[in-house]
Amino acid sequence: MTSRSLDAAQLVTPTSREDAIEAFGDGAELTVLAGGTILMPELNYGRLRPARVLALWNAGVAGIRREGSSLTIGAMTPVAELEAAPEPLATAARSVADREIRAQATLGGNLCATPGGEIPRGDLQAPLIALGARVTTAGAGGQRTEPVEDFLSNGPGGRLVLEVELEEPAGAGHATVGRPHSHGFTILAACAAETSEGVRVAVTGAGSHAVRVHSVEQALAGGASPEDAAENVLKDVQPRDDALASAWYRQRMLPVLVGRALHDLSQKEGTRG
Amino acid sequence: MKLTVNGVEHDVQAPQLASLLHVLREELDLTSPKAGCQQGGCGTCTVLVDGEPRRSCLLPLAAVEGAAITTVEGLGAADELSPMQAAFDEHYAAQCGFCTSGFLLAGTALLNGSPGATREEVLEALSGHVCRCTGYVKIVRAVEAALHGEVHPERVEASFEPEETEVLIPGSPA
Ligand SMILES: Cc1cc2nc3c(=O)[nH]c(=O)nc-3n(C[C@H](O)[C@H](O)[C@H](O)COP(=O)(O)OP(=O)(O)OC[C@H]3O[C@@H](n4cnc5c(N)ncnc54)[C@H](O)[C@@H]3O)c2cc1C
Ligand code: FES
Ligand code: FES
Repeated sequence: MTSRSLDAAQLVTPTSREDAIEAFGDGAELTVLAGGTILMPELNYGRLRPARVLALWNAGVAGIRREGSSLTIGAMTPVAELEAAPEPLATAARSVADREIRAQATLGGNLCATPGGEIPRGDLQAPLIALGARVTTAGAGGQRTEPVEDFLSNGPGGRLVLEVELEEPAGAGHATVGRPHSHGFTILAACAAETSEGVRVAVTGAGSHAVRVHSVEQALAGGASPEDAAENVLKDVQPRDDALASAWYRQRMLPVLVGRALHDLSQKEGTRG
Repeated sequence: MKLTVNGVEHDVQAPQLASLLHVLREELDLTSPKAGCQQGGCGTCTVLVDGEPRRSCLLPLAAVEGAAITTVEGLGAADELSPMQAAFDEHYAAQCGFCTSGFLLAGTALLNGSPGATREEVLEALSGHVCRCTGYVKIVRAVEAALHGEVHPERVEASFEPEETEVLIPGSPA
């Protein structure tokens, strides 16, 4: 609990993309507030008492724009709207929390989601990596557009997420360890997509953010069967113990899930979306 | 800041980042939304924002300025229950009642938005709401009865005959 009161927070609510970028500046001493599904509990329990808050509600960075097979998705687009996005993003979006949370949670917040109690909570990251999505951000040094996996490995600090661009894939696959309750966070999930640069594969649940698994992709490109290629996943990720599952369990389940996602992909190849 | 709840506009003093739940309960004395977890995971704080169910614990006050908020206090009166309330009463869908406000509002939004919802869609719409008493069966039955128009408000009215209440514990709210 910090001593500053909630009253002391200066709230900035820009009404355009340009104003949001200017208000963000280099991001120092600033808390970005999107849907608030992660930040509000922090405020409610007094764990976070920000000095300055940049709320993006009216910043005009929401919505999905389609041009042919290209999509541009604004950072403030609610997860609920992504249920109609290309696969495997749509399936991952549908399995986030419940109807009310999905209507409030945003794409940008999911990309910047910090792990909660060591549990990762950015379920849209792996599908975006598999789709070869690129994210445009603003911050010190101006705007830049980079692959989602690069953005994630740099850590979200200091950047304002504006939008994500992706191409509809020729096929997609998804496999997850299903949990019975809608508020159960994802233990592990694997996503695959047939993109213009070949099959891309990413996993959720083996670290604080989703990871692209190059070794699996390379084995596939070299002609390995989906099952054999999937075994390579442990070359790229070292699962840890957390509150949801042990590293032991994850090491055994990851190749299985990657194999299932690749199998799912091979069943649907050629059927867009 | 101005906040419109159940059709009445209020001037509220709470900080802009206080949760809507806090403002409703502590400042406006509207206690149907319950503070179950205050982190989005239980559904007891659910209200309607422009007709859509939302977790009031996850909404900063400033985000709902200008929106129309509905709580259970705005659904119906004791002698004139809304169809969803009547169905809950008829099907004994509340025990301790802590979760009931959230279920009523999620059910009301479903009734208004997709009255033809299937069993699967009903379960999906209620899936973010936790009930520790009923086992859910009666809640689902009540919501479906309301969706199908199978409510009998006359039976409900009878159960709301005013009764003499006896205050057993001094200072109790009875
Ligand atoms: C009950 C419950 C269940 C949940 N279940 C799931 C689940 O199954 N899967 C899942 O993935 N997540 C889940 N979440 C977590 C969360 O809802 C999502 O990750 C959501 O997408 C976060 O988005 P938000 O807009 O609400 O984030 P916020 O709370 O607004 O922000 C989260 C973080 O991102 C930063 N941020 C937000 N937008 C930007 C931006 N545009 N640029 C820079 N930084 C930004 C914020 O500063 C903050 O640090 C759950 C949450 C709850 C409460
Ligand atoms: S109190 Fe809001 S969801 Fe539990
Ligand atoms: S009736 Fe007690 S929690 Fe649902």
